[in-house]
Parts: sequence; structure tokens; C-alpha cells
Amino acid sequence: MSDAMLEIRGLCAAAGDQEILRGLDLEVRAGEVHALMGPNGSGKSTLAGALAGRPSVTLTGGQILYQGRSLAELAPEERAREGIFLAFQYPVEIPGVTNSYFLKAALNAQRRHRGEEELDAFDFLALVKQKIAALKMDEKFLSRAVNEGFSGGEKKRNEVLQMALLEPRLAILDETDSGLDIDALRTVADGVNALRSPERAMLVITHYQRLLDYIVPDRVHVLARGRIVRSGGRELALELEERGYAWVEEQLAGEPA
Amino acid sequence: MAAETSRETLEQLARRDYQYGFVTEIEADAAPPGLSEDTVRLISRKKQEPEWLLAWRLKALHRFLELLEHETEPTWAKVQYPKLDYQKIIYYSAPIQNKKLDSLDEVDPELLRTYEKLGISLSEQKRLTGVAVDAVFDSVSVATTFRAELEKHGIIFCSFSEAVQRCPEIVQQYLGSVVPYADNFFATLNSAVFSDGSFAYIPKGVRCPMELSTYFRMNAKGTGQFERTLLVAEEGAYVSYLEGCTAPMRDENQLHAAVVELVALDRAEIKYSTVQNWYPGDENGKGGVYNFVTKRGACRGYRSKISWTQVETGSAITWKYPSCILQGDESVGEFYSVAMTRGCQQADTGTKMIHLGKNTRSTIVSKGISSGRGQQSYRGLVRIGPRASGARNHSQCDSLLLGDQCGAHTFPYLEVQNASSTVEHEATTSKIGEDQLFYLRQRGISEEDAVSMIVNGFCKQVLRELPMEFAVEAQNLLGLSLEGSVG
Repeated sequence: MSDAMLEIRGLCAAAGDQEILRGLDLEVRAGEVHALMGPNGSGKSTLAGALAGRPSVTLTGGQILYQGRSLAELAPEERAREGIFLAFQYPVEIPGVTNSYFLKAALNAQRRHRGEEELDAFDFLALVKQKIAALKMDEKFLSRAVNEGFSGGEKKRNEVLQMALLEPRLAILDETDSGLDIDALRTVADGVNALRSPERAMLVITHYQRLLDYIVPDRVHVLARGRIVRSGGRELALELEERGYAWVEEQLAGEPA
Repeated sequence: MAAETSRETLEQLARRDYQYGFVTEIEADAAPPGLSEDTVRLISRKKQEPEWLLAWRLKALHRFLELLEHETEPTWAKVQYPKLDYQKIIYYSAPIQNKKLDSLDEVDPELLRTYEKLGISLSEQKRLTGVAVDAVFDSVSVATTFRAELEKHGIIFCSFSEAVQRCPEIVQQYLGSVVPYADNFFATLNSAVFSDGSFAYIPKGVRCPMELSTYFRMNAKGTGQFERTLLVAEEGAYVSYLEGCTAPMRDENQLHAAVVELVALDRAEIKYSTVQNWYPGDENGKGGVYNFVTKRGACRGYRSKISWTQVETGSAITWKYPSCILQGDESVGEFYSVAMTRGCQQADTGTKMIHLGKNTRSTIVSKGISSGRGQQSYRGLVRIGPRASGARNHSQCDSLLLGDQCGAHTFPYLEVQNASSTVEHEATTSKIGEDQLFYLRQRGISEEDAVSMIVNGFCKQVLRELPMEFAVEAQNLLGLSLEGSVG
């Protein structure tokens, strides 16, 4: 019995009717930050979907154990309440629903699940304002509809705000750096770093090494053709940056697809 | 599998039970079924009406019988129902009350209990703050609250029948002036046999200090409900009026053909809100109310304003187009609508904005939600008359589909006869997104709450137009939680 927070064994999964993950193994312990890199189409977002319970992703083999428990039977909201958070690559717009209402509903759903008292409007507002200030965001965010008319950077910051508020045990960041300029990238990374703690694990999915200058990972994994093909320390990311994904592909060329 | 569960949740939401389907056991004084001069005379006699009103009813009756003979019941709406037999309907039914009531204490306790059960307290001690209620049970008004308070301001708020006795000259001046007796098939029927309804008169310069409200309850079996409401706001007056409706669950269809007329003079403003929750029938389409209603307001005066807000969740069939005739220069018409169809419900609803005066403005916001096998159409007319220079209209019609067996349709009609006017029309149709649901659920929000939240957001533009007292009821009706006051 391992003490990993997340233990993935031989995971096979399909997105729609296309087989994407083909026997993926991964282990993440509390307190660790793992980076997952890989070329487009290698299965990064499918893995994120499989962990969070995205309906369009079907598990076809292997297993995912989260805190020793199989995720397969848990609905997305149950996984969320158990502490799994996914920062979306493409955050969704919900017209007419204010951000503050949504955030409060989400936080209270999770507090209810943990047997904690729900926050009233005043306590919630005090808490969220504190988080917003830490992320250098404008309070106007709260009264706008969820992600509606947000710029790319605002959407990503809103994801980090949600993460800061919900304080998950396992946070999965799906290409949170894509579409960010350098200042926004720094703010987002600061937000993420502030959440690093011995009780929390993070899986940072990215296409580029750049983000890892700001969020320094404990482990780096390279995903290709639905499997993790290399794992290493931080230097692996730098090597990838230098040699490109073609290098990984070349190494795999001899193997059957 | 997950897609299946979300469909199930949607269907559960759509099948939510009708909570107002009980029947009150009360003795009723009813006319025999059928439509004839005798029926009309009986109704008029029961109400001790003046001769001119009976004559008006009879004109309407003859017109209706003619229409019936030539089979001119309207068929242009996108709704389907078996032909109605107008000779089988009971046109008058009233709970028996022994004498004229001087106070609420004398109202049959069974009736009071009925309204309590519906969440409408007629007892002034337990009143909703700032709302005066006229309760209409089948064909008659059973109680009106806060009359004394209103009278201090010169406001008349009572049942239509009583207004005929109290201020016949006002009734005679305005009755049929916005919706003439020959206006359309159902309005003509109503003009012949209308039973009761509410009447409000707001004198010059008076801002009505509380919400006026009518609660309609259809109870007796096989009975049609034909209420008639007339609101007149004199120069500079303001009134906000709300109506709510429920009916018992019955296997046969009940006909509801109401007429509402509003008149706003110079700088007067009328805000008219409806939460309609007549029995919609069961999930297979058995039973339910046919809601064939004519509602129209005339902005007669300079800078007058009429605003319709409706939340339509009930009725097997809805056929309803609250409209504004913008006669006065710079007058304003508004129509905000949320219509929800579930099960086998059909709704053909919208508005007419008739711009006659200069620089008149109108706004239309229509939100349709369809689920189950519900069918829904928005039908709206914007007409800019030749004299209406500088007129502006903006229409926005959005449809949200829950599931894949329902339908949404949009029929906009634009008639523009003045080149200096501006008319804009936007329409969208969307399905409740798998991505939206997943996003909310990933944050720990249950699927049912996520659906409610998305629907609530979709309707927000309309719900925020409702007076506070009704916003809560409307959101509950839509199966929604109240959007927080934060932010």
C-alpha cells in the first residue's frame, strides 16, 4: 500500500470514441508538484478529464486511486467535494450568473459535504475579497457573470481565484499558462505557489517549459501517445525545451504505436 | 453514462409535481352549461348590472355566436388541441356566500384556507408587506384587502363587479376602449360572459403606495374562467400590479379566456406583472388549462409607460400576447417574458408593440425554456406607424432547450412605415451545455443545482423586473434558487 495521494495504474481512456490514454502510470504524493508535458494530442487534457470526471471521457482500463479510493464510481461533483480541483484550459461562460453567487454556491456545497457550516453572505464576501486582493484582481470580478466577456487572462485568473477559495487537496492545472502574457503568467504562478503546502498535491499540465520557471516542479513527466515515456527532475523540462518534442517522438519511433 | 444521468436530472426537473392541484369542497352557485342569451342575462342579473353593460355583453354574444357559426376560431398559433365545445362549458360559478361581506371575518373559512394553502394570506395581520390582494375564486372576487388604506389616496381597488356599482362612469368610459368586444374570438367570448376580475383606478398625480395584486383560483369542475381586469392610471399616476393564478388538477381541460385592459394617461406608468401557474396537465398531456388571454395596454398620454412582465410556467396551452399601443408621443412600452414548457405543454406567446406617436420606444425581452416534449413559440409584432418618427424598438428573443425532444420557434413580424425609426431584432437558441454543467459540477455543485443556476442566469434579465414579492415565487416556480444579493 503506497501513501500516494494519487495513484494511476495502467490507465486507458477514450475521449468520445477515440482511444487516447494507453496504459498510463503516475504517482503523486501530498506536498509534491508534478509537471506533465507533452506534444499536442498526447493525452494531457484527456488525463485531466479522466481525473475530474468529464462526461465525454470514458475509462476503458486500469484504475485511478485518489487517497486510496477508486474514482471511477464518483460523479464529478463528488470528486470536487473530496478535494479534486481542475483549473480548466477553456473556462466556460455562464451568462446571467454572477461570479460571487457561483463561488459561494461552490464553496458552500463543499463545506456542506465536509460537515462544516455554510458561510453567510457577509463572511463569504470578507473571505473572497481577501483572496481577490492576494491575486491582485479587481473586485468588479465578483459582480460580473461567470467568465462572460472575460479576457483570456481574466478567465485564467478566475480559475486560480476559485482554487484559492476552494483550497483543494489535489489541484490539476490544465494549460493554465496558455494565452497569458508574461505579467499575467507571473500573477497566476504567484497564486499557485501561494497554495503549495505539505498537504496539497498539484499536477501542472503545460506545453511549454516557460511556466516551470515560475512554478518549480518536483517531478517532470513527458506524455506521448497516451503514456508517460520519460520522468525526471526539473532538468527534463529544460532538455525538452532545448530538443523539442520531436526528440521524444524519435525515441518512440522504434516502438509499435 | 454521464450524459444519461444529466438527461434524467433534466427530466426529473421537468416532471416536478404540480403543488396547487387540490380541489376546495365548497358549495357553488353555478349556471347550467351552455352559451345563450339566457346565460348572459343570468350573469348580468346576478351582478345587478346596468342596462348599458348588458347591452354590451349581448352585442358581444351575438358577434361570438356568429364567429362560432363561421368557425373562425383562430388557428394561426402553433398549438394543437381538440375542438372545444362551447355549449358544454359552465360560464358562471360562484362560491355561495350568504350576504355581502363587510369584512374578511365573514369570508367562508374554507375559502380563506384555500388561499392560505396557496401561500396567499388574506388576513391583513399576516399580509405580505406592501401588497393589497384581490382574491378571485372561480367567477367572483371573494376578498380585497387594504381597501381603506388605498382609499385615503383616492385609489379605487376592488373587484370588477363592484366597480360597476361604485364608479360606473369610469368603467363605461374605458371598458372595451383598449380591447373592443369584437377584437378577437376569445376577447369576444370574454366580453359576453366575463364574470369578475380586478379594477384599479389611480387618480391624477398619485403614486400607489403598495403593490396591487390579484390572485386567481379556478376551482369548480367544467367551468371556464373569464375574468376581466381594467386598470386606469390618470396623469402622472404610478401603479405596480401583480397577478398570480393556479387551478386544481383535473383530467378534463379548462378554458381560461381573460381580458386585461390598461390605460395610461400623460406621464402615467403602469407596471403589470404576472406569474401564471395554471395546471399544465399531466406528463402525457391529459388535462390542464387552455390559457387564451388578451392583454393590451394603451399608452394614451405623453411620456406614458406600460411595462409587462410575465413568468409563464403553467397551462396546457398558452396563447397570450400582452401588447402596448404607444399613442402618446415619447411613450414607452416594455415586455419581459419567461415562458417554460415541460411535459406536453405548448406555448405561443409574445407581444405586439404598436408605435403611433413620435419618439416612442419599446423593448422586448423574451426568454423561452423548453424541456420534455414542450413546444414553444415566440410570436411578436413590431409596427411603426407613418407618424411615429424617431421610434425605436429593440427585441431580444432567446430560447434554451433542455433535452432533445422539445422545440423552440420564433416568429417575428416587423411592419415599418416610417423611415426615421430604428428596429432591432436579436434571437438565439441554445442547448444547455454539457460543458457548462461539467464546469459547475467540477466545483462541487450538484447537477440539479447546476441546471437551476444556468436556467436562472438565462432568465435573470426578466426576473429582475419582477417586484421582490413575486421574484421569489417565480424563481421557486422555475425550480430555481434565489440568486444571492451579494454582488
